[in-house]
Amino acid sequence: MDVFDIIGPIMVGPSSSHTAGAARIGKIARNLLGEEPVEAIIELHGSFAQTYKGHGTDRAIIGGLLGFEPDDLRIRDSLDIASQKGLGYSIRKVSLKDAHPNTARISIRDDSGKVVVVTASSVGGGNVVVKDINGLEVDFTGRSHTIVIPHRDAPGVVAAVTGLLSSNQINIGEMKVYRKRRGGDAIMVIEVDQEIDQNTADKLSELSFINQVTILQPL
Amino acid sequence: MLRYDSIEELVQAAEKRRANISDIVLEDQAQEMGRSVDDIYEQMEANAKVMEESIAGALQPNIKSASGLSGGDAYKLYKAIEQGKSLGGTLMDKVLVKALAIAESNACMGRIVAAPTAGSCGILPAVLLSCKEEKSIPQTKMVKSLFTAAAIGMVIAKRASISGAEGGCQAECGSAAAMAAAALVEMLGGSPRMASHACAIALKSVLGLVCDPVAGLVEIPCIKRNAMGASNAIVAAQLAMAGIESLIPVDEVIDAMKEVGDLLVPSLRETGEGGLAATPTARELARKIFGAYDKK
Repeated sequence: MDVFDIIGPIMVGPSSSHTAGAARIGKIARNLLGEEPVEAIIELHGSFAQTYKGHGTDRAIIGGLLGFEPDDLRIRDSLDIASQKGLGYSIRKVSLKDAHPNTARISIRDDSGKVVVVTASSVGGGNVVVKDINGLEVDFTGRSHTIVIPHRDAPGVVAAVTGLLSSNQINIGEMKVYRKRRGGDAIMVIEVDQEIDQNTADKLSELSFINQVTILQPL
Repeated sequence: MLRYDSIEELVQAAEKRRANISDIVLEDQAQEMGRSVDDIYEQMEANAKVMEESIAGALQPNIKSASGLSGGDAYKLYKAIEQGKSLGGTLMDKVLVKALAIAESNACMGRIVAAPTAGSCGILPAVLLSCKEEKSIPQTKMVKSLFTAAAIGMVIAKRASISGAEGGCQAECGSAAAMAAAALVEMLGGSPRMASHACAIALKSVLGLVCDPVAGLVEIPCIKRNAMGASNAIVAAQLAMAGIESLIPVDEVIDAMKEVGDLLVPSLRETGEGGLAATPTARELARKIFGAYDKK
């Protein structure tokens, strides 16, 4: 915790958890897709489902999907902007098992048909925790420079990634690897101290068994 | 390295250096974040700028929140004061108008700075900006006092809570008032010890305040409680500047707030199910808002 956790963030009201955190969740989903989304299914759970209209949670998530930061006043008009930009969306109230009261599951698709499904919770003060990406359980906040790498579970993949980071003088603060089953779909989430440049990201994505590399800037 | 686990620590560290709380916090935070003092000062100044800008958005007659529950009260007060209907003098006039305006801005999806939360975002800027204007205090002094406010908030967050869902409104509007009171004392030239007493006095006055938002929205009673919280901060700072002390040490007051918060039943902690939110009128409003919105 630092002084800017208390005085801050700068945000569009009315609620840090229901509006600012929701916008961050949308932005993370957009970054994980890596392309302009053309369709979004937004499922809201708990307090998000009950109060989203009065808190503008729907507008905030869609604003995030359009790439807006939590302090961007365009969030107010994001539903109209989505229509103008050709982003179709639907909003559903759902009950997710064992989920934090402020949780959203967002499925987005780009025009090539690529789909990303992200489940994330807004845990207070605008802070979020990503809980699931495409059916793989994860657990990260996006507060640091974060690299998300869906890959195939195979010997040497982790070593290749960390080796490349180390040779680029990038220090790993935290790292977790998740997999569905041995040799199956897996995901690496790496929180690092330095900014990742495009060149490093490109090199990472050229490594074997790696499907995609997403760099999330600190929120 | 400061631990931010007691306000006594901050006061003693400042006294030892014959400095203000903000001086030691600014240095400590720069080191902690690996950034320069100038750099984090500038970030705080940017926050102060948004605080100032957030007032104008709501000072107009026709603004409305998405729910339709709020908007226009800051303007109403502003007009009344303009017509000479002032009770508290020019400082209090400014404080109340600004607190309502910023809280209304928040409710109407304007851009604000959470301080410490969005629901309590009007208190700290209303107090500091109004006193800065009234007493012609330099901008740098006000920006620096925000570091004192933040440090107080960090201690409260660590020892108790700054979340209504955890500790009730005392943890949001109460913490904001305590932060504002301490920052104001420093801005007006009071000692770090006086700032800690101001913090204690402000917090003591709202122990037990529940978080009971109508329809679960950050509007009723939050907006008016921002005006109350801001006036609470002025009162507490005034008392402390006169040398009046809180016999209960500030850290013990914070611990008491934590205990009271833990004792609050869930319906009084931001669930929108108890207190004002459970009144027949509130239930009717909730039905209307969400019902009416659905038909759209």
